[in-house]
Amino acid sequence: MSSEAPHDFGHKNHMADPSAEGRFGEFGGIYVPETLVPACQELERAFRSAWADTAFRDELKDLLTHYAGRPSPLTECENLSRELGCTILLKREDLNHTGSHKINNVLGQALLARRMGKTRLVAETGAGQHGVATATAAALFGMECVVYMGAVDIARQELNAFRMKLLGSEVRAAESGSKTLKDAVNEAMRHWVAAVETTHYCLGSVMGPHPYPWMVREFHRVIGDEAAEQCASLLGGGTPDVVVACVGGGSNAAGVFSGFADADAALVGVEPAGGAAVGRAVPGIVHGSHSYLMQDEWGQVLEAQSISAGLDYPGIGPEHAHLAATGRARYEPVTDAQVVDAFQLLARTEGIIAALESAHGLAWIVQAREELAGKTVLLNLSGRGDKDVAQMMDVLA
Amino acid sequence: MTGALEAALLQRRETGGKCLVPYLTGGLGELWLETIQAAAVSGADAIEIGIPFSDPVIDGPTIQLANDKALALGVTPQLILDRLRGSDIGVPTVVMTYGNIAYRMGYQRFASSLAQSGISGCILPDVPLEEVGPWTDAADAAGVETVLLAAPTTPDERLVRIANRSRGFVYGVGLLGITGVRDQLADSAKVIAKRLKEVTDRPVLVGVGVGTPTQAVEVCEEADGVAVGSAMVQRMLDGGGPEGVAELIGEFRSALDEHY
Repeated sequence: MSSEAPHDFGHKNHMADPSAEGRFGEFGGIYVPETLVPACQELERAFRSAWADTAFRDELKDLLTHYAGRPSPLTECENLSRELGCTILLKREDLNHTGSHKINNVLGQALLARRMGKTRLVAETGAGQHGVATATAAALFGMECVVYMGAVDIARQELNAFRMKLLGSEVRAAESGSKTLKDAVNEAMRHWVAAVETTHYCLGSVMGPHPYPWMVREFHRVIGDEAAEQCASLLGGGTPDVVVACVGGGSNAAGVFSGFADADAALVGVEPAGGAAVGRAVPGIVHGSHSYLMQDEWGQVLEAQSISAGLDYPGIGPEHAHLAATGRARYEPVTDAQVVDAFQLLARTEGIIAALESAHGLAWIVQAREELAGKTVLLNLSGRGDKDVAQMMDVLA
Repeated sequence: MTGALEAALLQRRETGGKCLVPYLTGGLGELWLETIQAAAVSGADAIEIGIPFSDPVIDGPTIQLANDKALALGVTPQLILDRLRGSDIGVPTVVMTYGNIAYRMGYQRFASSLAQSGISGCILPDVPLEEVGPWTDAADAAGVETVLLAAPTTPDERLVRIANRSRGFVYGVGLLGITGVRDQLADSAKVIAKRLKEVTDRPVLVGVGVGTPTQAVEVCEEADGVAVGSAMVQRMLDGGGPEGVAELIGEFRSALDEHY
């Protein structure tokens, strides 16, 4: 792998690197308090240097292979395909260590934090997947770790909160605002402001100030790169017609989209109807970047409402706003009820219990089955649903 | 051209005194405007007026709570600006809010609304030097002084650029952390003041972690003055009303005047 130009996008370059100012088109930037600006700039320099360093990439690749279990398989779903009338392929991020795609990013960031001489990690988490992944990396690297999780989310994702503690991390409840992911981000940023000299903020999605949206995408592009190769092998050199992923902040979608952005494939991000930042298409500034944001007429951020804690976020990563604005990707909403149906459908037909987040993608495929008839659809199954089983027992009771 | 805010602070400094700028949350309780007016006649050189935002990432629990309470009362930026318009405060005022409040209204409209309401300056703590250009274009055109923050983590060359771009005063962040009263003044408070004084003639005020008259006196060994937020807002939250806040401002004023 060349250290200078590791990926050839072709001439279209729909998911190019951001500008020097950290912008994807008009979106992105670095909207953080002055205290954090030098830390973000230091992080950008460190990431650029590491990402161009073959030794860093080799070490990350080694971890992804021997610790996280990559590459994740591609599963062709015969039963589900028959039922829906299109060919459905699943990229199985649920089979990674810790049960979701989140491990790709945290291993990269933990390696980078160590390279920068940081000894502590702080993170936010919604459903707990990113928190568990960060706690896992902290255990592996012998780092101290604090994870902020909304009090509401701790209640609905008790198991993941306990997992983080088992892994040696401290879980702190975010009690402000809506007590969900948005508030956990606020608390993590406040913590970082006070501890910036020793602590790396291990942000869990393609959001936040530059360089996070870009860096997190780069750490997840392994999903898209693998999937493109696996699809080519399965489809005789072809690509799927449609690539589908759920979107909260948008990390798993950015990862899988990056493998197909310049290919002849439609890209579809699926948002919860109660958290459809792109669907509302109102630009705003929060949590470090300029992007689409659910807000009232005065700019107060609205609380998202979703059955899935991992997508319960009123914003979206700036590159997704850009992909929506340029028309390269489209973003579709699905309701909680559709998600519950899709969650059960996948379990019944394929024997796979998906995370509620990932079930959003399937819910859209079910909804769009007429449009998709006869097509090949790649769904990024971003996580497994063990964490959601207790909640679904109540929902389905 | 020197704006009203900077002029008032320079005047205080030229007479050998130290500047006192309290922060009060707009829309917090029925008497918030009267509280601001009381502050003006109790020794404040200028007053920061907070426009509540749903996600105040640089603020600690006290100002978060004040924000939440004001928002729950239905306060909007427009309501605050409308009430300030035509109210004679008597000292220059500075709005402190977050970028999205200004962005949502539109930078030009927000800047001209501030000017029409008689507000001299504006602080947007999550809009740093890299992003502030579109806002300062609008603010400069409307005659609104944009105060920038400088932090303990800010490198020297950047400190110069911040001081050069700032108007009204330069806001030195006293510690690594969010707003709130601490038991002791952080060592970093005097350090940032000294570093700023070496690179600018503009008034240098330190805030964040300056919560008592004693701490204010201490930091003013280096700084031209202080911005005091959480201590003031706590007094509002405790139901102190205009009199209680005026009393607290009086304590800061007396302590500063005794020593300087």
